[in-house]
Amino acid sequence: MARAVTSQRKAINTAVAWTIGLAIFFPILWTFLTSFKTEAQAIADPPVWFFFDWTLDNYRVVQERSNYTRFLWNSIYIAGGSTLLGMIIAIPAAWSMAFVPSNQTKNILLWMLSTKMLPAVGVLYPIYLIFIQLGLLDSRFGLTIVIMLINLPIMVWMLYTYFKEIPGEILEAARMDGAGLREEILFVLTPMAIPGIASTVLLNIILAWNEAFWTLNLTASRAAPLTAFIASYSSPEGLFYAKLSAASTMAIAPILILGWFSQKQLVRGLTFGAVK
Amino acid sequence: MSTKASRFSARLMLAPAVILLLAWMLVPLTMTLIFSFQRFLPLRGGFQGWVGFENYIRFVNSSAFWPAVQTTIIIVGGVLLITVILGILLAILLDQPIWGQGVVRIMVIAPFFVMPTVTGLVWKNMFMDPNNGLLAYLWRFFGGDPVVWLSDVPVFSIILIVSWQWLPFATLILLTAIQSLDSDQIEAAEMDGAGTLSRFWHIILPHLSRAITIVILIQTIFLLAIFAKIFVTTQGSFGTRTLTYLIFQRVLESQNVGLGSAGGIYAVILANIFALFLMRIVGKNLDR
Repeated sequence: MARAVTSQRKAINTAVAWTIGLAIFFPILWTFLTSFKTEAQAIADPPVWFFFDWTLDNYRVVQERSNYTRFLWNSIYIAGGSTLLGMIIAIPAAWSMAFVPSNQTKNILLWMLSTKMLPAVGVLYPIYLIFIQLGLLDSRFGLTIVIMLINLPIMVWMLYTYFKEIPGEILEAARMDGAGLREEILFVLTPMAIPGIASTVLLNIILAWNEAFWTLNLTASRAAPLTAFIASYSSPEGLFYAKLSAASTMAIAPILILGWFSQKQLVRGLTFGAVK
Repeated sequence: MSTKASRFSARLMLAPAVILLLAWMLVPLTMTLIFSFQRFLPLRGGFQGWVGFENYIRFVNSSAFWPAVQTTIIIVGGVLLITVILGILLAILLDQPIWGQGVVRIMVIAPFFVMPTVTGLVWKNMFMDPNNGLLAYLWRFFGGDPVVWLSDVPVFSIILIVSWQWLPFATLILLTAIQSLDSDQIEAAEMDGAGTLSRFWHIILPHLSRAITIVILIQTIFLLAIFAKIFVTTQGSFGTRTLTYLIFQRVLESQNVGLGSAGGIYAVILANIFALFLMRIVGKNLDR
């Protein structure tokens, strides 16, 4: 925006925006700060802000007591695995609909979107039953499949909107030069599609990492990812704010960082290309 | 443009996604539909015969149903109201030239990336706890009696927690929409002497109407399915039992699968009503 604004107005806007921004961000900041306090300091009245003896004890205790690494590994496995698997299925699908559209393409896309709208609770028991029958309950593999499936429509849609932006003339030129389908994908399309693919991967990891319906209902202990690990703090014993904070900080930090990189793509992915 | 061969391989590339999603949709949904016509209590005798539409009638007639519907409407409506109104204001504010815009943006968007169980527990314990929560401290500081948030004003507390998580989503989408607004148009209006309010009503709001509709529809679909934040805070007690949570309790906690499945079918129908509107908008967008 190139509008001329008086610096007085800019100063006022800045002050208001920073105040609101800090207020919204405050719970995260407070969690982060609390994670370095002792349990006594965490509930001190009046609250202590920055001037306390910073300690890493909570992180050590959380790690020792609950084997945090296992939950972290499960989260990485499930988020990474479902994304990888999903991309293998979604990229060809989105490619074919973007470059070889038929009169059914629009209907297929909208139908895929409708599967995303299916309320999970409506199919909870069938999935639960199938998981028991197949021995998948509390397994990382089963959870990976389910989370891949719930995010597959978003992946296909997002990739589709990116692929659509690649000019068709380039593909035609490649075809003229005798490029087969394989060469077309490998040497022409892929380099141009990489930014879109990267954004899709990023958003999907975020969604999978934070998924908390299936992870809570289909795991017990072995396959439980961080969402379920944090939920175990809902029936705490004794003082635990600092430890809850440490566990929370570790669970959300990686995704916060990824999220900041993918703000723009988030809009496209979550609105199915309707807002860009 | 495309040859027969390439069209065939294109279908082949599309097939896995279509088949998987078809199976993911049809198999469990059909099972739910079948269960909904059965008396089926896995822990107390298992399958006990077909009952027609009895589950559908009993689900609606149970004493928990209407309160759950009410709670759902209040929570979804409340969160929509808060996030859309504040989202519009925030988006307009963030669109202004300010110092450190990038940092403010990051701070505003951050809550959306916090996993729902962390959101629920941090708010429940560190903010809303009547003894050690930060809000209780604030109340005492000003001489008030601390509010027992999650049992005195439980629905309001849930709305607050969920709104905190979803405000960034509304803001981000509305901000993206505002940024596509032609600044010349605003400038021209400014020249013509249009005040801030009139510019808002006649230019900005109409321009945002589509984005607002999308925000409302998408959020409604996700908000109807809110689960984890209630699971870790109130477990559905104190009148915070939503339709989703009620169905979850019927199906998994009391293992009355027939009854819960009938509820599940209701939820599917409800979600599809909103999905239909959303798909119409998104579909129009595809044609352009």
